[in-house]
Parts: sequence; C-alpha cells; structure tokens
Amino acid sequence: MAAIELRGAVKRFGPITAVDGLDLDVPEGICLGLLGPNGAGKSTTMRLLTGQAIADAGELRVLGHELPGDAKAARAEMGVVPQLDNLDVDVTVEDNLAVFARLYRVKDVGAAVDRALDLARLRDRRKDAVDELSGGMRRRLLLARGLVHEPKLILLDEPTVGLDPQIRTELWTLIGDLRSRGTTILMSTHYIEEAERLADEVALMDKGRIIARATPAELITAHAGTHTAEVYGPPERLTEVRSMAEGQGLPVRPAGPAIAIVGSERAGNGGIPEDAVIRAASLEDVFVLLTGVEIE
Amino acid sequence: MSDGPTKLRRLEPAAIGGIMSREVANFRTYWKGTTFSSVLEPIVYLLAFGLGLSATLVDDVGDVPYIQFVGTGMVATAVIFSSALPAMFGTFVKHRFQNTYDAILAAPVDVEELVSAEMLWIGVRAAVYGCFPLLVTIGFGLDPAWGMLLVPFFCFVTALGFAGFGIAMAAIVAKIDQFNYVTALFVTPLFLVSGAFFPIEGLPEGFQLLAQLTPIHQLVELVRGGAFGFEPIDLVRFAGLLGFAFVMWRIAVNRMAARLID
Repeated sequence: MAAIELRGAVKRFGPITAVDGLDLDVPEGICLGLLGPNGAGKSTTMRLLTGQAIADAGELRVLGHELPGDAKAARAEMGVVPQLDNLDVDVTVEDNLAVFARLYRVKDVGAAVDRALDLARLRDRRKDAVDELSGGMRRRLLLARGLVHEPKLILLDEPTVGLDPQIRTELWTLIGDLRSRGTTILMSTHYIEEAERLADEVALMDKGRIIARATPAELITAHAGTHTAEVYGPPERLTEVRSMAEGQGLPVRPAGPAIAIVGSERAGNGGIPEDAVIRAASLEDVFVLLTGVEIE
Repeated sequence: MSDGPTKLRRLEPAAIGGIMSREVANFRTYWKGTTFSSVLEPIVYLLAFGLGLSATLVDDVGDVPYIQFVGTGMVATAVIFSSALPAMFGTFVKHRFQNTYDAILAAPVDVEELVSAEMLWIGVRAAVYGCFPLLVTIGFGLDPAWGMLLVPFFCFVTALGFAGFGIAMAAIVAKIDQFNYVTALFVTPLFLVSGAFFPIEGLPEGFQLLAQLTPIHQLVELVRGGAFGFEPIDLVRFAGLLGFAFVMWRIAVNRMAARLID
C-alpha cells in the first residue's frame, strides 16, 4: 500500500488553480522530494494531505484513510513540520512538546517528550523558553514536535527555507536519520541541493502538476544528458553562442551571468566555445529546463 | 509509534484537553499581570464610582448601597472584558500572526474541538476573574451570601457566549484594527447599558427593552440575585445565557471553519 495516493486532485482558489489534476503516489519507506518553484502548488498539496484544504475534485488517500472524511485519523498517524515557525515562544521547550504529545494522544507523554528532546539534541535546554533558543535549535524543535508521536509518515513543508547553511546542514542530518530508519517522508522544497541529497525520488512540480518524476540521477540523464557547458561573456557574445547551440538542437538556459548549454556532449565539433566551463549535468539543469524558472 | 485511538470521534476530550493544556502553559507565563489588573481594576472602579458617586450624588439604588450595586454589577463587566476581548484579539493573533492554529490543526484535532477548547478555557478564566470584583466588594462591606457560590457558574456560561462571539469576530474581520468597530458597536454599548452602573429603568423605553435582551444584563441581574436574593425569573435569565452560549458556539465553529479550512 502506498502511504499517499492522489488521483486527479484539484484545488482552486477563485480563478487560480493551485493544484491541477495532481496524481501522486508515495510508497512506504521512501523519501519523496516535491521540488518546484514558488507557486507550483507544493504547500497547497501539503494542506490537502492534512485536511486543512479540501480538494475541489479528485481522490485522496493517506495511510489508507480517505480524505477529507477521515482526515483526522490520517493526521493521527502522520507528523507535519511546517514551513513557518509556529512554536509557542514564551513556553518552555518541553511544554511545547508535551502539548503536542497530548494532541496526538500519546499515552506516556513524559517518555515521548524525552525521546523528542534527544532527537532535537535539546535535553539540556528543556526548561528554557523557546524565545531563548537559537534559530537552529528552534528548527530542530519544530522537527521534533512533528515526530513526538513517532509517526509512520512525515510531511516536511520547505523544512530549511530561509535558514543559513550551517543550520540547513544540521536539519539535513536529522532528516537523513529519519530516512535511514524507514520513515516515509514527503518533503516539499525549492532547494535543488536539498532534494538531491535527501530524496530517494524527486517529483518535479509546476503549475499544480507533476511534470517529471524519477531518482535524481534518472531525471538528469533523461532531461539533461551528462554534461553542461557554461559560457561567460558580454550579452552580445552570449546571444551569439545561444543561437549557435540552439541551432544544433541543444537546450540553453540562463545561469546567472552565464548561459548553460545542457547536454553539451551532444554538440558537434566547434559547437561549444573553447573557453566554456564543462561540468556534470545537474538536477538544477533539469529544474530550469522543465519549469523555465531560474534558481534563486 | 503513535498510541492514537483507532476511531476518532467528534469533540474528543483528549483533543480539547490538549489544547487547554497549551493555554495553561502559556497562562503560566503571564498570569501575574492579568491577575494584578483584575484585582486592581475593581478597586479603582469602586473607589471612583462607588465611593465618589455615593458621597456626592447617589446613596442607594433601591435598598442596596450604591457601592454594592456597582460592585456586583462589575462582575459582569469583568466577564465581558475577560472573555470577548481576549477571544477577539487572542484568536486573531494566534491565527494570523503566530500560525498556532495551523500547527494544532495538523494534529488530530478539528475546528470544532479547537473552538470549543478555546471557549472553555476563556470561560474558566473569566469565571475566576469575574469573582474578583465580588470579593473586592465584600472587602468594601458587602455581606457574603450562599447564592454567591453560583456566581462563578453564571460567569462561566456568560463568558462562553462572549468567547464564542469574540472568536467569530476574529474569524470575520480582515484586519486587527477592525476590532475598533466591534468594540465601539457592541462591547462598549453592552457594557454601558448592562445595568452595572445604574438601573436600566432610568433608560428610555426602547433602550430598556434592548438592555433587557442583552446577555450581560442577565448576568448582572443573576449576580445581584446571588448577592441579594434570587427571583423566579432568574431561571429564565440563566436559560437565556445557556442559549446565548450555544448559539455563539455554533457561529464561532462555523466562521472559524470557513477561515481555517481552505
């Protein structure tokens, strides 16, 4: 049984269709990265899965529970780590965890709190108010709060958005631990590196639909080949190189101050300028080619 | 693994208790300030209105010394201010600024449980704080009476209604400053025509009728009943308050569901 099954899910907000006939299966025990640009429908999909948004059409099933009718039972078995920090800042670390252990009907609240404190590596800060914690500690606590009842499935909504690199790496280690324990994870992100590092499979989402799905390596091979050539120079030169590459049927995308010629291994003799920087094709190439959105 | 029940019903005590435990954890961080103002305010009011007015303009209302008339009336004003206002502002802040409800609704809790727990918590708190003006008035010479033991219960039921009203308003308004309209149009007039500071019999007939229909006036009369003796009509008043609480509960659940679930 898949942990998550969506068939033709649609969610509209007035004239905007945030989720547009989405089909998505998440098998048990994998980490699926839902990768897409801002506004792709990732957060709405997460809200559909928790029953905080009701689909206008389609069938949704989470851990065998039909949504939205059985959403409460589904939520009892899943954990959610939100994009925004919504901890109670004046309350102690352990009280934040204890409240959620109670909401999840955990029988031994004390043991669950201890376990979550260990996971977040905050045992020695248990009596401190959340306000006194660093940004990284708060994110770890947020993650531990979503895991306080040891759920079968965890939804991570942009778990590291807006964090500095050090805190992001800390979070990745924690998520990696969960993954190795076999917890099913659905993680929305718009960070390529996050998806590449953590996800067994990546589903690329754009305009409310999944436009590609496979392992990161398979996606790269299928859509970007093996190599990418980056060319730097003044705009006139880049325009010239672009038209030359496109003339050979090679996709070209902007890459900050440069242009990237994707699948450069397929270029004919002289097709790639000699000063081009050749690198391995990446998931970023796939992302930009398929969504048309440049990475922040 | 989760110890969650296999079948989740409506209005589960575990969900309601969990949310109330969150309120208690937060309350532990701010109870001193709230309690201080709840004790000091009736003292200031009693000194200003009770002693000031009774020394210069009013001695008694009926057979009741004016200071005791105001003191018992202030129970109702304490209830409206410790229920409607925290419900309005607290709910708005938790929903729009702190995203607290997003976190709670990601757990096995539904909007009905969330609203019910918030109302219950505000009701309990207002029941306790509503008694402070009465205790202060006893300090100012009001004789204790057995009927006063029912006052927390009356306060609780009334506060449930006003909490529901406040939560519904928080779901309806678009911006926090729109509470100024709610306060000016509903809360302040209710407070002034409640009969807490003067008998409503002195009002023009139309206003009298309106005042008699307000829940806050029913509470004022019930508290005075507890202090000076009940009348048969007090049963009708109490039934009215129960009805008010029920209707506001359903409206609050409905409006919050519309606001919280996309």
